[in-house]
Amino acid sequence: MSEPAISVSGLTKRFGARTVVDAVTLAVARGEIMGFLGPNGSGKTTTIRMMCGLLEPDEGEGRVLGLDIRRERGAIKRRVGYMTQKFSFYEDLTIEENLRFVAGLYGMSPVNAAVRDTLEDLGLTSRRDQLAGKLSGGWKQRLALAACVMHKPDLLMLDEPTAGVDPKARREFWDEIHRLAQGGLTVLVSTHYMDEAERCHRIAYISYGHLIAQGSVAEVVRDAGLTTMVLTGPGTAAAAQRLKGAPGVDQIAPFGATLHVVGKDGAALARTVAEVARATGCKAEPAETSLEDVFIQLMGTSTDNMA
Amino acid sequence: MRIGFSLGRLRALLGKETIQMRRDRLTFAMMLGVPLVQLMLFGFAINTDPKELPAALVAPTQDRFTRAMVSALELTGYYRFVAPDATAGEAEVMIARGDVSFVVTVPSDFGRRIERGDTAQMLIEADATDPSVASGAISTLSTVAASALASEAGRPPAAAPVEIVVHRRYNPEGITQYNIVPALLGVILQLTMVMMTSMALTREIERGTMENLLSMPATPLEIMLGKVLPYLAVGAVQVVVVLLAARVLFGIPLVGSLSLILGGVFLFVLALVILGYLISTVSRTQMQAMQVTFFFFLPSLMLSGFMFPFRGMPTWAQWLGEIFPLTHFLRLIRSVMLKGATAAEVADSLAALTLFVLGFALVALFRFRRTLD
Repeated sequence: MSEPAISVSGLTKRFGARTVVDAVTLAVARGEIMGFLGPNGSGKTTTIRMMCGLLEPDEGEGRVLGLDIRRERGAIKRRVGYMTQKFSFYEDLTIEENLRFVAGLYGMSPVNAAVRDTLEDLGLTSRRDQLAGKLSGGWKQRLALAACVMHKPDLLMLDEPTAGVDPKARREFWDEIHRLAQGGLTVLVSTHYMDEAERCHRIAYISYGHLIAQGSVAEVVRDAGLTTMVLTGPGTAAAAQRLKGAPGVDQIAPFGATLHVVGKDGAALARTVAEVARATGCKAEPAETSLEDVFIQLMGTSTDNMA
Repeated sequence: MRIGFSLGRLRALLGKETIQMRRDRLTFAMMLGVPLVQLMLFGFAINTDPKELPAALVAPTQDRFTRAMVSALELTGYYRFVAPDATAGEAEVMIARGDVSFVVTVPSDFGRRIERGDTAQMLIEADATDPSVASGAISTLSTVAASALASEAGRPPAAAPVEIVVHRRYNPEGITQYNIVPALLGVILQLTMVMMTSMALTREIERGTMENLLSMPATPLEIMLGKVLPYLAVGAVQVVVVLLAARVLFGIPLVGSLSLILGGVFLFVLALVILGYLISTVSRTQMQAMQVTFFFFLPSLMLSGFMFPFRGMPTWAQWLGEIFPLTHFLRLIRSVMLKGATAAEVADSLAALTLFVLGFALVALFRFRRTLD
């Protein structure tokens, strides 16, 4: 438990003139579920690929499960399970054939027993002869996860595993992740979904290649130091117009009939909102800042170097 | 609903296609470059009336009549004496190996007989495994010989001063199939083996399974062998079919050793599947792999001696031809099947094929990207 599962520092990756990942330093303790968040194209996938030996970092170094990410890629591959963003098993092979292939590559023996157990755990025994390509999104995801954990890895890296999966399948997927983590597995999972972020022990937020926040959800929200006010009443649309660009106001977001107003400068925000509320006949009261508010704020403040 | 034709829509479609064509640099370069390269290559290299074919001379007494005959033969443009002083045994090996296309034998009493006014004999053995090699060179013979000797002897020739005996070796009837069918085995194998394996990695990349494959513990050598070995089995089936057809349908003789042929075929197919795999390590899409395969395929067909006699091409084209495994395979299979060449006589071809196997494998392993970089 002493050495962290992941400990990387200064990871940098450039594609041509574009720096996709810029000096990312990250530590994940053993048995922890770490959520990896950030907008599209922020460098999440590239960071994960560098950590599991699929990309060579241009700068920086680190250890994954105590192994050097540059020199010990082979050993890392044997002890890490990596689930790609896009389904990347063979669609023209059956479920069982895919599992058999994976078991063979990891040198598991006996292959038959491993495949049988995995099929049973998945509840796919009756459908084992079905082509993987014919599975629905949710089942593909379950198959991919099962194939990734088949060789009993110590670390699981999941790249947006629940994209395009329905809420029930997502819920079951996360239950499974927690079960695996209780068994001592460390999990790094990238996601867009705020509810999923809240199911992680800790989260790291990356934007345009920069890691800009990490900690538990409560810590990240607290560290952001944002103040949130909620306006209710018939005049919220008019209030939204007046609040745009007003002093202290950084974000305005309608939620149904209410209006969330977020700002870094709490005092200025309170003054502005009170003024606008009076003028438009809305009721204003302070509210909890949500993780989503924090992320929108973080996205707005970090610069876009993609262009 | 109106079914119409809109120039605006057509323009939009044309615009999009043009942009896509321009973005795909390799395709664009191939479309412009390939016709030019191949035109130059084949335009200059291909010669259906091959001249300056290598010949060996066996003449124990090199008297003036012999020299006159030899220079007359050279003047026809068809013969180039690379071994002007060979023994009968040496010449036999050379023609069996394919180093020379002709062996000209002038007996020791040639000059004496001419001076006496008797009819002298000389023997020209032609390697008729490729019938087109022999035809032109032989058809001009008698007139050349008569006039050469007349001027040398300083008097009008007797009725028939020289009797030229022509042996069309290995294929006395000049049957084209003898030359083409064994070679077709090589061409068929090349087309299917290289094309199939050139898709090996690009298919994984296009289907997105490459990322997963690389994230699992498989070494480059394991991946390469896993990709190419199944095609050896496919190749084996093709070999059996073609060899049976050669025997049963075309009646091609099998003079040499079957196990030597199979050994050669094995090396050749191994070279081909690894070459295909090599192409797949440098291509990004299946389309590119296909284009590279064809870019390779056409010159190897033209310059290997499959369509035109290898020795009839200019020297630079012969050098170029040596870089194709097919060239060496054709030499091997024609020598062994039709001439009964032994392993020692085709050692060069076997060595060349082995070099191809090792060379391609090394480059492919070196080119293989273990990461997604």
